[in-house]
Amino acid sequence: MIQHNLPDMIYKFLLGISGLSAIPDFLLVTASYLIPSAAVLGFVMFVSGMLTYAERKVSADIQNRIGPNRVGPFGLLQMLADGVKLILKEDIIPDAVDRKLFKLAPYIVFSGTMLAVTVVPFGGPFIVADLNIGLVFIIVVSSLIVVGFLMSGWASNNKWALLGGIRSAAQIISYEIPAALSLFTVVLIAGTFSMQKIVMSQGPYPWDWFIFHNPFTFVAFFIFFISSLAEINRLPFDFPEAESELVSGYNVEYSGMRFALFFLAEFANIFISASIAAAVFLGGGNIGLDPYESGIGFQLVMVLIFFAKVVPLCLVTIWIRWTLPRLRIDQMLSMCWKYFIPMSFACLAMTAIWMLVFNGNGIFWRMNG
Amino acid sequence: MKAYGKREAAITDKFSTQEMVLSMGPHHPSTHGVLRLILQTDGEMIVNVTPDVGFLHRGLEKIAEMVPYQSFMPFTDRIDYLSSLNCNLGYAITVERLAGIEVPEKAEYLRVIGAELTRMASHFVGAGALLLDLGAVTPFVHALRERETYNTLIEMLCGARLTHNYVRVGGVSHDLPSGFREEALKFVDHIEHEFIKEFNDLISFNSILINRLKDVGVISREQAIEYTLTGPNLRGSGVKYDTRRDDTYSIYDRFDFDIPAGRGKFGTVGDCYDRYWVRIEEITQSCRIIRQALNQMPENGEVRTKLPKVLKVQEGEIYVRTESPRGQLGFYLMSNGGTRPDRLKIKTGSFSAMTIIELISQGVMVADLVAIIGSLDIVAPEIDR
Repeated sequence: MIQHNLPDMIYKFLLGISGLSAIPDFLLVTASYLIPSAAVLGFVMFVSGMLTYAERKVSADIQNRIGPNRVGPFGLLQMLADGVKLILKEDIIPDAVDRKLFKLAPYIVFSGTMLAVTVVPFGGPFIVADLNIGLVFIIVVSSLIVVGFLMSGWASNNKWALLGGIRSAAQIISYEIPAALSLFTVVLIAGTFSMQKIVMSQGPYPWDWFIFHNPFTFVAFFIFFISSLAEINRLPFDFPEAESELVSGYNVEYSGMRFALFFLAEFANIFISASIAAAVFLGGGNIGLDPYESGIGFQLVMVLIFFAKVVPLCLVTIWIRWTLPRLRIDQMLSMCWKYFIPMSFACLAMTAIWMLVFNGNGIFWRMNG
Repeated sequence: MKAYGKREAAITDKFSTQEMVLSMGPHHPSTHGVLRLILQTDGEMIVNVTPDVGFLHRGLEKIAEMVPYQSFMPFTDRIDYLSSLNCNLGYAITVERLAGIEVPEKAEYLRVIGAELTRMASHFVGAGALLLDLGAVTPFVHALRERETYNTLIEMLCGARLTHNYVRVGGVSHDLPSGFREEALKFVDHIEHEFIKEFNDLISFNSILINRLKDVGVISREQAIEYTLTGPNLRGSGVKYDTRRDDTYSIYDRFDFDIPAGRGKFGTVGDCYDRYWVRIEEITQSCRIIRQALNQMPENGEVRTKLPKVLKVQEGEIYVRTESPRGQLGFYLMSNGGTRPDRLKIKTGSFSAMTIIELISQGVMVADLVAIIGSLDIVAPEIDR
């Protein structure tokens, strides 16, 4: 089988147009990796900007308000106005902070988030790096975020921020386990960690998706979705920044662009967790065609299908945020350790048994043709 | 206490950690105004809470000694800005009782209607702010939407939306405008039959909320009485005491209404949920009173007794208590026969509610303290006056 990936394709394309000119080869290689990375970075920034807009509009609808409607048509340019405001704002670094850690923390959070994007399959060939350990990679880099949170909480030299940082450590480390275990149920079925292959081993129709493969993956999907809410600090699990308890949590001392980085990472995380759920459980951008050989038209349809699954999941995340109150930290931790971890582990074990007993066939579909 | 041996003492010393002193407030999102609590915490567990009040002291009692009797009325708005009409009413009744002033029949009805509307609006904010502190923003906004209708109604009555200054010594400032009766009935029907149900479906019976509020901040019946809690906080502990019924004033004896009391709906009697639920039920009872008052109110009549511009009150002293949404509002008035009070002492519900926080917050988490403050419905300016 030919090993496809996006940088290789771009490299070939660049080689084609540059021909035998004097451009050195290493420049082409660098460019073929930088172009998709920069494109995805810009795209995810745009998506998280749109998500801030969506959050404001959806919350406004839920609360009988109008929401942003002044900047641009329907207030669509509100995110630009916010960005400009945050960039122009004075960057305050309090005297008593640990300056190095204080400055470093937002970048760690942001890069942890953006690293996860590299293995998100946007449908078709559009995946920056189709790593053969893709799923494990996501789990690993998303736990990098907690280092940044803890760092910012500690470096701020503020007791509320410290409490927020400690809470986020407890929360993210706890909820990573059920999230990972429920993702691994799918790995058992697909037999691979590669995100692209997981998407390709599903089909275009709902009964081809891994969520409906067997009852345990169905449960695992919901465990993953709820755990990912906790991992990305969304209500009802927004303890690290619980506004009414910890003022604003780990980011209380941050202002200007440093705060904006935390903020962007938070919204990018909504998108990432929704796209993991869509790709792993809901078939991603699979329309039953080969993602690399089917031509640009079908490839764009795949991207559309992928987003048709991601956007509702994002909206559900926002909807939950504006409907539910917050749990208490001990209730949340006991929910994780007493229910979610045993349940996700049971799902994993039962899926393994299912695969053994039914020879890898799902309820609706057969693995081998 | 058990005497520890040397070895145990050494181990305890090694692992014992220092308690952290957290200053919650004076500017903290969930202290409802300018209020400071000094928390001694062990991680997130609270060891001790010391309230530090006084940031909003405006010297209202001293101002009362400086101005004529009627001129103090706008200042009573500022005792508790969420229920200014109830404060107006309490002061007016105090002066009227001491001076022996009769109030016209229609004015009494208008006073009750205004006071009960304000009680509802105050509970909207009280319950909504508690939910806001627990992270549920939407119910708070829904409650504020209804408060907006209330503001419009009160604006029809007296032209003001926050500090009403509607009640006067010897009556009320304006007669009701045409159309007010229908609008008020519509509002009351909407609240009783639509809003409360929607609100309860949205949040009151949400299991996360129930788990956050039940068995938290339990105040027993005896503790509530010992700490002189009043109003919904007292009734939340299961004591059926309401000044409107038990020490009746104005024309409250003419209306038929229940006194909701905490009965441990989901947990222990006197927990945060009971206090929350008493407020929700009181909104319905206020609706009943308003409907009866609107139907019984005479069509025509004076709304204000003719009084001299500068009122002279005979020598004497009086203590009058009325039921404000945040508990008993007591005015102690001393007169030496002049045009100004000799002394005016104001006792409010939030003040006694503040004192019990120290007792019930031992060993809870920071998140629970937020729920406790919210469930006691403390409004900072009412503590300091």
